[in-house]
Amino acid sequence: MELNTYQKIIFEKQRPVIEKFGIKNWGWTIFYLLWIGVGGYALYLQIAEGHEVTGMRDNVVWGLYIANFIFFIGISYAGAVISGILHILQVEWRKPIIRIAEMITVIATIIGPIFILLCIGRLDRLHHLFIYPRLQSPITWDVLAIGTYFAGSVIFLYLALIKDFAIYRDAKLNIPKWRQKLYKILAIGYRGTPSQKRHIKISTNLMAIMIVPLAIIVHSVLSWIFGMTLRPGWHSTIFGPYFVLAAIYSGTGVLIMAMWVYRKIYKLDSYLTDKHFVYLGYIMMILGAGYGYFTFSEYLTDWFASEKWTSEVISKLFSMQEYGWWFLFANVAGILLPIVIVAIPKTRTPNWIAMASFFMVIALWIKRYLIIVPTLESPLLPMQDTRMEYVKYSATWVEWALTLAGVATFFLFFTLMSKFMTVIPISEFGDKEKAVAPSKENLPETEIAPA
Amino acid sequence: MKEQEENNGNSRRGFIRNVAIATVATAACGSLSCSCKSKTDVAVTNKKVRLLSPDGEIVEIDSAYLNHDEHMAIVSKLEAREGMAGKKFVMVVDLSRCKNARKCVSACQKWHYRPEEMEWLTVKLMKDSEEGAPYWFPKQCFHCDNPPCVKVCPVDATFKRDDGLVLIDNDRCIGCKFCMAACPYSTRVFNWEEPHQPFDIKGLVSNPETNIPARIGTVEKCDFCPDRSREGLLPPCVEACPNGVFYFGDENEDTVSNGDETISFKQLIKDRAAYRFQEELGTKPRVYYLPPKDRQFPVERGYDDLPEKLKDRFKGILEQKS
Repeated sequence: MELNTYQKIIFEKQRPVIEKFGIKNWGWTIFYLLWIGVGGYALYLQIAEGHEVTGMRDNVVWGLYIANFIFFIGISYAGAVISGILHILQVEWRKPIIRIAEMITVIATIIGPIFILLCIGRLDRLHHLFIYPRLQSPITWDVLAIGTYFAGSVIFLYLALIKDFAIYRDAKLNIPKWRQKLYKILAIGYRGTPSQKRHIKISTNLMAIMIVPLAIIVHSVLSWIFGMTLRPGWHSTIFGPYFVLAAIYSGTGVLIMAMWVYRKIYKLDSYLTDKHFVYLGYIMMILGAGYGYFTFSEYLTDWFASEKWTSEVISKLFSMQEYGWWFLFANVAGILLPIVIVAIPKTRTPNWIAMASFFMVIALWIKRYLIIVPTLESPLLPMQDTRMEYVKYSATWVEWALTLAGVATFFLFFTLMSKFMTVIPISEFGDKEKAVAPSKENLPETEIAPA
Repeated sequence: MKEQEENNGNSRRGFIRNVAIATVATAACGSLSCSCKSKTDVAVTNKKVRLLSPDGEIVEIDSAYLNHDEHMAIVSKLEAREGMAGKKFVMVVDLSRCKNARKCVSACQKWHYRPEEMEWLTVKLMKDSEEGAPYWFPKQCFHCDNPPCVKVCPVDATFKRDDGLVLIDNDRCIGCKFCMAACPYSTRVFNWEEPHQPFDIKGLVSNPETNIPARIGTVEKCDFCPDRSREGLLPPCVEACPNGVFYFGDENEDTVSNGDETISFKQLIKDRAAYRFQEELGTKPRVYYLPPKDRQFPVERGYDDLPEKLKDRFKGILEQKS
């Protein structure tokens, strides 16, 4: 593969990243593996002793795991929707960020479903989902939708990678034989002929068009797990779009955070520029406003009509003795903060925007928790139970350990993937992409040479 | 063997286990003939059962001569999914008679080998409005005609039968708990740990009609005891109630019985202005309640006699009144 000048600069800059697995990388990897190990032990306990070891009981049958499930599927929207929509709209500045976005999608779509599996009492009977499937059940819809979505997002990521794999194959990288072989296989004989280029272009366009509705279906179906029940606080017609919007929103936040981290670690300032943060910040602000609108509409209608059961949930969310502070934080950090940070020109900088994204993502995780637990703690019949753990949910260390293990897995996959492929796509900087090519003055010569 | 399997639709393993249990029972008696009832007592059913004799031979005897274990599933899993032809089970609960004696709860737990904390049938103390009078409210599964739990099950482990019952196959349940989240009446309970059950119960083949033995990581609930209905008996909760609160019967036959009297179902719900709990949810329960009017006992009777542990459940509800 012949590289043009810009591609050469970008590639040489990232070459050491994919060639070497440094001491720091090892350190972090071992750290993540340790966390995953702790999670593995927690999982062993949960399987050996039953779900007794979790905080879930007959009233609150779902807890942290389901909140994590929604959260991870939510952040997977980074690649699917942001990258997909920007591709369809032919937005040129998307090119340096699509790889990171699509990596988030694939990794989060692997981790999300793991959390729903943790909720299942009989993992040994998982195959029943396929041998006795019932199409009426929203869980079956989820299995189908997430399966298709995962396949779609892997293909979408891979299509954008083929050209890069061909570049790695031809670049004589200083890497072990098996990796060179793997690149060769993954490049599937791409040589950059006009017909190959055309095929990739058509396939990518098709996938971009397909991935957006697929993503919308996934989170709608997910929200219907709650919306289809007769529970106060869940049984709401806006849950589909509400969840979808929250998902795109949190996906944007995670994308900004990932960009910020990569920019810091690998000094990619000339590719992941301030402009990218500001543009994504604008997107985040608009999504935040939309999400705020949905939130307001949902709780205003519930509170105003004040049906008996709904108002019980609402009163728990509004009461400072119960979930009030969490609810307040979820809305201030999850709605107001990003909007204000991006709206004020002075704080419209990568650091501030990344900080706002961080708090927003945390707030959205809390919001998911607040959707699940208070509703389950408000059954229609009085609980009249003396066992405190049945009345009020509090997650046990097993659940927290597995949650952290999920986060560690996310980081681990991210580290490994970014060692296997360049986080800034090289081939995207083609002939006519000079507009996004880095300006020379941003790139001191010393940094171009491989370390 | 093959034929037998097809006949009763049981799984191979289930069949072998049944044979094994029968064999053990036989062996314990010393000889085949002694474990059977005396041949004159029983009517021949023409239903042949194959057994393994202590000598290692397969023998075929009429089902009527066997001493049936009371909890041995009497129907196959396939039959248990269809229900009893022509029946439409229904229950009527007379709230004016309940004094929270809790005999129903313990009878249910005993029959199903469930521990004290696991209440398929529970008695709540209800108070509909601030000024309203509190009353005792026994609640089983409502076996809804539009069951929200059945709708959401991804593997058809919980199902609605032709005779109106909603049952669970705990050999199929994957334990996703979606049915528990979907049931608005908090009827379903989960086996959070390995269930503590007698050894001889653990070895039985589970059947949706008996729900015995319980399985870890699966959902269970009140099943209206179809195994007893098949033998012409009332559910244990109905039999155990000292005040005749529960009427159980068949809507098609238009009869319900509380053990003391057998009356017309339609007449009863008409005369006593029966209602169904939270009709507005559209679940169409098969349990009707007779309003707590002209009560036989003051509500405190059900509270004062309770052990301290149970009293805690209802703290603050009765005291407001005085």
